[in-house]
Amino acid sequence: MSEKDNNNIDRREFLKTAGAAAIASSAVLSACTGNSNNPQQTYKTTIPEPPTDKMTYRVNPKTNDKVSLLGFGMMRLPVKGGGSGRENKDAELDQEMINKQVDYAIEHGVNMFDTSPAYCQGRSEKATGIALHRYPRDKYFISTKLSNFNPATWSLESGKEMFNNSLKELQVDYVDFLLLHAIGGTSERPNAQGINEKLDSQQTLYARYIDNGLLDWLVGQQKAGKIKNLGFSYHGDIKMFDLLLKWQDEGKYHWDFVLIELNYLDWKHAREINPGNTNAEYLYAELEKRGIPALIMEPLLGGRLAKVPDFIFKKMKSRDPEHSIASWAMRYAGSPKGVLSVLSGMTYLENVKDNINTYAPLNPVSEEEKNFLEEVADDIVGLNTIPCNDCKYCMPCPYGIDIPAIFVHYNKCINEGNRPNNSQHPEYEKQRKAFLVGYDRSVPRLRQASHCVGCHQCEWHCPQKIKIAEEIQKVDKYVEDLKQGRL
Amino acid sequence: MLRKIRVAAAIVAFSLVTLLFLDFTGTIQAWFGFMAKIQFLPAILAMNVIVVLGLLLLTLLVGRVYCSVICPMGVFQDIVSWISAKRKGKKARFGYSPEKKVLRYAVLALFVVLMLVGLNEIAILIAPYSAYGRIANTLLAPIWAMGNNILASLAERADSYAFYTTDVWMKGLPTLIIAVVTLAVVSVLAWRNGRTWCNTICPVGTILGFASRYAIFRPVIDTNKCKDCGLCAKKCKAAAIDFKNHSIDYSRCVDCFDCLENCNSKAIDIKNRLKEKSTASASAEAQQNCQSQNVDAGRRGFLIGAGLLAAGVAKAQKDKKVDGGLATIIDKKVPERQTPILPAGSWTAEHFAQHCTGCQLCVSACPNGVLRPSSNLNTLMQPHMEYDRGYCRPECTRCSEVCPTGAIKPITKAEKSSIKIGTAVWHKQNCVVLTDGVECGNCARHCPNGAIVMVPSDPKNPESHMIPTINTERCIGCGACENLCPSRPYSAIHVEGTEQQREI
Repeated sequence: MSEKDNNNIDRREFLKTAGAAAIASSAVLSACTGNSNNPQQTYKTTIPEPPTDKMTYRVNPKTNDKVSLLGFGMMRLPVKGGGSGRENKDAELDQEMINKQVDYAIEHGVNMFDTSPAYCQGRSEKATGIALHRYPRDKYFISTKLSNFNPATWSLESGKEMFNNSLKELQVDYVDFLLLHAIGGTSERPNAQGINEKLDSQQTLYARYIDNGLLDWLVGQQKAGKIKNLGFSYHGDIKMFDLLLKWQDEGKYHWDFVLIELNYLDWKHAREINPGNTNAEYLYAELEKRGIPALIMEPLLGGRLAKVPDFIFKKMKSRDPEHSIASWAMRYAGSPKGVLSVLSGMTYLENVKDNINTYAPLNPVSEEEKNFLEEVADDIVGLNTIPCNDCKYCMPCPYGIDIPAIFVHYNKCINEGNRPNNSQHPEYEKQRKAFLVGYDRSVPRLRQASHCVGCHQCEWHCPQKIKIAEEIQKVDKYVEDLKQGRL
Repeated sequence: MLRKIRVAAAIVAFSLVTLLFLDFTGTIQAWFGFMAKIQFLPAILAMNVIVVLGLLLLTLLVGRVYCSVICPMGVFQDIVSWISAKRKGKKARFGYSPEKKVLRYAVLALFVVLMLVGLNEIAILIAPYSAYGRIANTLLAPIWAMGNNILASLAERADSYAFYTTDVWMKGLPTLIIAVVTLAVVSVLAWRNGRTWCNTICPVGTILGFASRYAIFRPVIDTNKCKDCGLCAKKCKAAAIDFKNHSIDYSRCVDCFDCLENCNSKAIDIKNRLKEKSTASASAEAQQNCQSQNVDAGRRGFLIGAGLLAAGVAKAQKDKKVDGGLATIIDKKVPERQTPILPAGSWTAEHFAQHCTGCQLCVSACPNGVLRPSSNLNTLMQPHMEYDRGYCRPECTRCSEVCPTGAIKPITKAEKSSIKIGTAVWHKQNCVVLTDGVECGNCARHCPNGAIVMVPSDPKNPESHMIPTINTERCIGCGACENLCPSRPYSAIHVEGTEQQREI
């Protein structure tokens, strides 16, 4: 949460600087033209509002609908008292604020909204429905998912129930985009003896959608008009991505779109960061080849591409002091022509404004800028941060560990230069204190890495395929090194 | 002037000793830890000859300055008495009373006997420094810590690391009750009659009284100047001035110098006994016997038949939902230990029981929430270790550094890593590997000595989940395994203390 806050402050800070820059430049301009009869008027103190009529749209080749390039991700909705509905289980979603943000987004041309029965602990669809129901149905597109992760929901009946419930919560008769959620993941299912057995990605795919006839039923629903576009979101095992596209080539199923993870880090480095993942370059090329529109997720890697270490911040700001760090990543994700919409989970109005500024209209990244971002990607890979996007799919840990909070703290310390690796460093004591005191503040002691039993139950949920237990134990060992003065 | 110096010195010394009990960061202890070590009774128990002789010589030279400056309980009574005087609006509220020799000596004799036969837990109730320590640790330290926590939350908002949060918790009810009673008794006595406690009950006061009776520099009433107004006697919180006979009971005088300051006729002054030929009595009987510690046998009844650990492992078997949430964590419960665990450096339970005065300084200093006062009648108020809140971390030797009585002998970090204070025992029925069918090995991963070896749970199947086995030759009993065991409320591994610590 604190990371989110900081992230948010970053953007706010940026907007301030941008505002100041605009003021300065306008002051200079007016001075030059000698048109400063009333300096008070030209000396604006407010941040410029994003335009309402400049949103970039992409055309859905199937329906000819004009979809806004910015998709509003309803995954990190705000709760009363601050923070997002993912980490604050007990806090009530701030419907008023959600409505306000949705109003603002629609006013500025956003018409794509993405949710799931799993988001915000199952509360996102309802809140989305309340916010959007105030508009005519043809003013917005809804994307939701069949998120049957729990083996208890793998029957056809449960699948139907989940889809029908989505329609009910969203207060609609049809959804525009329906996704098979997180294809390529593995799972665990209790067998007859009650012992969990592991299912690989193919067994999982078949158990969730094929063997029970759920996918066929969904195709039926599409024919009945309840689903306008049918597709899937992909994480993990590349064989499943290839398999589903093969089905399309064979004419078995047709995918109207596919949701993939794309950003300047994952374009070429996804495999390098984790051998279980696939570079976005490949994924996008496979879709482009078949003319399948791509929806994009994780354009900012859960905020990691908005909150970068100081030396990268300086590098990016030196090139472009006026735009936010996040805007680089948003531009990158929106630039490929085959991208229909970029889904960004937004908690604060500032996030919404910044993203609208970036896409109204989109200024595509040039080849030269791509090379620059490739350089930045190399820098980020070199940091050895843990590739956790704080998506919280691993949670809750049955042993009470706060997995993402541990990773977020660890990465934050790396980014801020507070992960000392040598006790001879002149700043060692200060960095050590920042790491250890900050650790206790970010993660309650009983939820820290030292309590991880290494049961690996979390790992099959991780869309980034992080070897969670291994990484947690690595953090724990590092904490011990710091505490025992072994560095 | 002398009085002002005394007051200033007392305030400094009292603050430092109090801070020793309040500061949980170890900073004050590193600089002013000696303030605890120059306390009289702890120095005797630690057989710190230099301090004991020094204090006796000091007393022989200038009287019981110790009681007015160094002893925190003495200064505490002065504070209470001072407030009392302010509240009552009476500036001169005391009066002479003769020495209650029988009571003083009887209490001292009883104290020594109790210490020698090993009933320390009763004797130390009236040990002045320890009694004050218990008050500071149980009543003041929590307030201090809460204040710190407020600052810590402010610091967190300001992104500063200057303060960090510390746990505030009740470490032992009996000790808390004893501290409250001690506080009440001492406060009432001080409120009414100043230093009554010091001059009738306090064993240190009585011992130092032997020496101060013959102090070389002491206040003397000049009969030529004295106008017999009796003001000095009324100002004497020790009730030691018999103005009618112009005599002062030096065994009870605590060198507060109030009489000097208040005498309108300047009739009282510090005089050198040696320069006055009349009383040239050789006064070298001061050396009090340092109590040597006879090993006494058959003292402590052993705890027999501690029941089996209740095996109530309630594991949250929830449906796995994605997208966040935190599982609830049940608090750990303290297992029943047949032998209590004592901090490394206490060597034997006997040695420890006979030296510890239950001052709680180590309990205050322990940064891991391990040490706490015992509620057992035989070892009441003396610290022991539990691993429900933390474990005895390898880099920490604070308790051995601060202990003023030598109950916990000083040890280095290297020594600590090889001192066996107990042995881990595994409880199959609680182990999550068997109850939940998951991989674990958290105990083995955190054992600083590599004493836990994971082996297949099914000897015939090398692929089966691994369970811990304990190499008792290597285990030192630090409790990392017990504390970090995922089984709750009772761990699947617990440490049994040892009567005889040893290096392995």
